Amino acid sequence: MPQDVQLDNNGRLRHFISLQELPRELIEELLTAAESFIDFATRDIKKVPLLRGKTVVNLFFEPSTRTRTTFEIAAKRLSADVINLQSDAMSTTKGETILDTVKTLQAMHTDTFVVRHNLSGAADLIARHVPSHVHIINAGDGRYSHPTQALLDMLTIRQHKPSFENLTVALVGDILHSRVARSEIIALNKLNTGEVRIISPRTLIPTGVEELGVKIFTDMNKGLKDVDIVVMLRLQLERMEGQLIPSRREFFQCYGLTEERLKQAKPDALVMHPGPINRGLEISSSVADGKQSVILSQVSNGIAVRMAVMAKIMGGTGKKPHSAA
Amino acid sequence: MTVIAIRNGRVVDPANVTDEKFDIFVKDNRILYSDEITESEIEREIDATGLIVCPGLIDICTQMGEPGSERSSTMRSESMAAIAGGITTVCIQPDTQPVVDTPAMAHMIRMNAQQHSGIRIFPLGALTTGLGCESITDMAALRSAGCVGVSNARNAVSNTLLMRRAMQYAATFDITVFIQSHDPWLTGNGCVHEGPMSTRLGLPAIPEAAETVAIARDLALVETTGVRAHFSQLSCARSVDMIAESKQSGLNVSADVAIHNLLLTESDVQGFNTLCHVLPPLRSESDRDGLRNGLKNRTISIICSDHRPTSTDDKLAPFSQTVAGISGLETLLPLTLKLVEEKVLSLQDAIACLTANPAQTLGLDTGTLSPGSLADICIFDPEMTWELDTERMLSSGKNNPFGRSQLRGKVIHTIVDGNVATDSI
Repeated sequence: MPQDVQLDNNGRLRHFISLQELPRELIEELLTAAESFIDFATRDIKKVPLLRGKTVVNLFFEPSTRTRTTFEIAAKRLSADVINLQSDAMSTTKGETILDTVKTLQAMHTDTFVVRHNLSGAADLIARHVPSHVHIINAGDGRYSHPTQALLDMLTIRQHKPSFENLTVALVGDILHSRVARSEIIALNKLNTGEVRIISPRTLIPTGVEELGVKIFTDMNKGLKDVDIVVMLRLQLERMEGQLIPSRREFFQCYGLTEERLKQAKPDALVMHPGPINRGLEISSSVADGKQSVILSQVSNGIAVRMAVMAKIMGGTGKKPHSAA
Repeated sequence: MTVIAIRNGRVVDPANVTDEKFDIFVKDNRILYSDEITESEIEREIDATGLIVCPGLIDICTQMGEPGSERSSTMRSESMAAIAGGITTVCIQPDTQPVVDTPAMAHMIRMNAQQHSGIRIFPLGALTTGLGCESITDMAALRSAGCVGVSNARNAVSNTLLMRRAMQYAATFDITVFIQSHDPWLTGNGCVHEGPMSTRLGLPAIPEAAETVAIARDLALVETTGVRAHFSQLSCARSVDMIAESKQSGLNVSADVAIHNLLLTESDVQGFNTLCHVLPPLRSESDRDGLRNGLKNRTISIICSDHRPTSTDDKLAPFSQTVAGISGLETLLPLTLKLVEEKVLSLQDAIACLTANPAQTLGLDTGTLSPGSLADICIFDPEMTWELDTERMLSSGKNNPFGRSQLRGKVIHTIVDGNVATDSI
């Protein structure tokens, strides 16, 4: 059985693919590092020379705006050189395999690939086939994992709540297709969150999800009762192959987050959303823009978290950039 | 006139409920016992001391890549793999390119097999033309051309009326219908069992119902048409129960299971292990146990390799994009012996699942060591342990998840039609 590839023999973080196999201490260390990067954004000079001379390739086989942009800003603030490659511009459309694409780019002496792909396991596959000096950061693959999104949400929660132990967190919406949901469930459980709930119709709940450490609710009002955090998931209409929900209208009526519904949660509950938002489909505008919403601070936290991950993986190892061990 | 003496071996012949030490002889292409042989005739001695002598193995589900995908594997390469694995007869599915839906294709495959393979190869004919699920094939002609049954491979016949008519027609000529039951909508583009592992990995999943719904339908049709049906590669415990119930009520059905579904489970795909990407998928532990029980209580009578050689590149992609299948001919016997070691089956029953039972389902007169029968023999060392090096497998496909594990039981000689086939590999 293939072993996890993320940590090297000395337990150092080599790739960042999924939170599942990472120790809690490492996750907390990354969150603490990210906090120290938050101040950066308010400084006049927003750069540190930590990754000067390194090259980061944003390799996006699937469209993305905020994830790619925040990775790019994060890398640039660490003084790395950044190359962006979007899927429609790449040769995979000509039949080249993703491993060949990566090998070609690797031959140009790049150091880190930030990979987004529409199939589960793509980042893991690439990580298993690159030389040891090359790093892979997963920017979301299929339905499997989106670890930096989960980390930035943990950071957002940590900024507002003193500890995870007493929190009740509800994830609402399309769990089935959501890599964000999977990564958040793992992260929340790693951080010993009091209770993790999912709220969704049966068609959007994957089999056996309770084994990942969640309580299942199908009634929105019951599920929201006394929660501290509501994470609304995007309804990924482009991935809905069949009739998983009857209509947008019915979905919003049953599972949309409105001001009225939000009253079920604790008065100081936070509303989060990984974006992009479908206003009027999963969340009403008044909630998305309301005072309990921390959606925009999620975005700025995204930069800090991605800086922390890149710094941890690429910076301060004391190794020469291309000393292939 | 070549006469081979096989001395001092432990002869295990389930067809005759035999398990004892004695010498057997091969004259021309037939098996003889000592009273029919004079010592002076003997030209070759095989010392089988400490070895087991059993009928040559019969694999009821093998894919060879020929015709159609000769670039990845050929009859020649896969036959060598079969011989190395003690297998003397294989039954191949009709999903070649072109499909085996005409007598000419069946003839061609049988001729190629005779010229190039060195083992016995029997094709199944297609149940519907081009496996396209729109019209039934010339089944009687396919049978005359050497097809041992008809099947629609993994192309599910979703049109229930057509399936019923195909069964009625096959029943008319007493032809066995081989069915890999699955519901195409529930299977969808799934690549792993629907359960905690598919949820964890975020992979498109195939629920248990994809198999059970289709088996329920097909059993209902078997009951009304009276056709003899063989259910191929069961993967769910509930499927076993359904087959058992139908057997009890007197239906003429049999079933097989792929050896990997008896040893591996959904958790083996952890880490996106594409070598464990198979169809039907590896399911839960309780499914695996249910399949094992099905063997014990003889609901399932056959173990097959479900051999599907793939190229290395076919397995080097994100999981859902990889080609399903395991190259299993060379590990069928040692993996089946694992079931003996784990007390799932007696040695006699395990060998029966690889010899006499598939011979019966396929209507072949091999699979036995009875005097006078065709000399297809497997001689193996049941105690020898060896490490599987997939790169050294004879199959063109190196896709086997048991690489680097210790296997017990090694084939020493394979005799096909009176010839020691292992001499030539």
